[in-house]
Amino acid sequence: MDEKKSSKVNDRRRFLIQMAQNVAIAGVGGLLWSAYVDEVKAAPLILRPPGAKKENEFISLCIKCGLCVEACPYDTLILAKPGDNKPTGTPYFIPRDIPCYMCEDIPCVPPCPTGALDSDSVSVVKDGQKVFDIMKMRMGVAIVDMKSCIAFWGIQCDACYRACPILDKAIYLEYRKNERTGKHAFLLPVVDPDYCTGCGLCEHACVTKEPAIRVLPREVALGEVGKHYVKGWDKSDEKRLKGSKGIETTVTERSKKSAIESLNEGIDFE
Amino acid sequence: MNRFIYKHRFLILRRLTQISILILYIGANIWGWKILQGNLSSSNLLETVPLADPYAVMQIFATGSIVAMDALLGAVIITLFYMVFGGRAFCSYVCPVNMVTDLANWIRRKFELDRVEKKWWASRNIRYWVMGLSFILSFALGTAAFELVSPVSMTHRGLVFGMGFGWAAIATIFLFDLFVLKNGWCGHICPLGGFYSLIGRFSLFRVRHNQPNCTLCMKCKDVCPEKEVLYMIGKKSMSVNMGECTLCGRCVEVCDDDALNFSIRDFVKKGEDYEVKQS
Repeated sequence: MDEKKSSKVNDRRRFLIQMAQNVAIAGVGGLLWSAYVDEVKAAPLILRPPGAKKENEFISLCIKCGLCVEACPYDTLILAKPGDNKPTGTPYFIPRDIPCYMCEDIPCVPPCPTGALDSDSVSVVKDGQKVFDIMKMRMGVAIVDMKSCIAFWGIQCDACYRACPILDKAIYLEYRKNERTGKHAFLLPVVDPDYCTGCGLCEHACVTKEPAIRVLPREVALGEVGKHYVKGWDKSDEKRLKGSKGIETTVTERSKKSAIESLNEGIDFE
Repeated sequence: MNRFIYKHRFLILRRLTQISILILYIGANIWGWKILQGNLSSSNLLETVPLADPYAVMQIFATGSIVAMDALLGAVIITLFYMVFGGRAFCSYVCPVNMVTDLANWIRRKFELDRVEKKWWASRNIRYWVMGLSFILSFALGTAAFELVSPVSMTHRGLVFGMGFGWAAIATIFLFDLFVLKNGWCGHICPLGGFYSLIGRFSLFRVRHNQPNCTLCMKCKDVCPEKEVLYMIGKKSMSVNMGECTLCGRCVEVCDDDALNFSIRDFVKKGEDYEVKQS
């Protein structure tokens, strides 16, 4: 820079320009960085180890050390690698490959140094002592695809039912008459989300090419009724009616319109 | 041969510690050794002592979550260690990326790339900006932001648990250091290095410059990855006190005149002045 030009740029201006440059670079870098982080964070279809806190809490706590992975005796847990399209370094499992075998001592939970895997959520208090109870874990829930489950075709298959460690509770068989043959029964697998821990042994055992029963994260797979539906046949549920302030309804996009408007929608009256 | 070893004694020591730490971690994952389990983010030493990366724990704090006792204790142990002894020794004696960047730097020197390449200047303070940004992003995104992109953890985790596409991160750093910016990653960008610069600012082990012996050959500045810390070379006798010094000891090795040595930091400022007057 020649003398004349540099003399014009006084120290204060140089300082301000450099500050602006630094802020701009930091801004650009920060935006790219946050876009990337946000992208990898948004992986809802990921199954976490037992005791994992809710996904957003889990992802902020997990320090990505792999101690849970090393503790797992079945090599069920894997750490997400770059390129897996999952938050890098966080543990997950693919039940079709290796399911969770529901060890009673839950070896993967105690080593977690940050509390991302919360031992309280998988324990019960027994005689004043905290003991692990693997039945309390909720890693996901199994969902049956009726079209590709061969039991729904009338073929006798109870692979998932037999594989389930909480047999007859998490999966039970529902008997239905096979009208096509007239003399056989369907033995249909039904999952009860109240008991299903999401271990994935059913998905692992499923005989179809792609599993007809799959474990999905609970928040993805399960619905929610809403508070104002009351089971009239359930005495404890009916108690909730006491002190109610009147009629409540579920508000959805559809219910915002009047019935006539909604029913006539899309009809061309011309 | 003996001379070669002597001239590379700290380099050999560093590679030995880096590789043996790696092998201990890999052994824990593959063969179930119980010496050093986990990885550099958080580990268990001999199944009892928790160790955790304090920078990662601070990012988790920035997200608004409170970590459990183990990680907290581990972070305190590591912080105290580098605060008292090591300074940025993590960078040169533990971090696996150091081997990649040192290789790039070595090629740079052997092929004299510095003379051919057009130089562009970048502030060595970028790392502190990246560090600040990582805390802001951790807060905004609710996840330890640097840990999701960190090539350091990616490399180390990759070597222990499986690399995946993590090779790309290593290759990027190698090429960046080789062709774009000398000491680009470790010396300018890596916020982990910046973090250890800060906590190790007053650590005990220091390189000490003995000015009367210096012949101004500048071999030390040639080889130093953070040469701004050697500003006193040939000027005055004092210890290298800037936190950015990684204590790699390359300057001590290459010095043929015994002007640089490891020593314990002297806290009495007067001593420095006294020696300057003497010389």
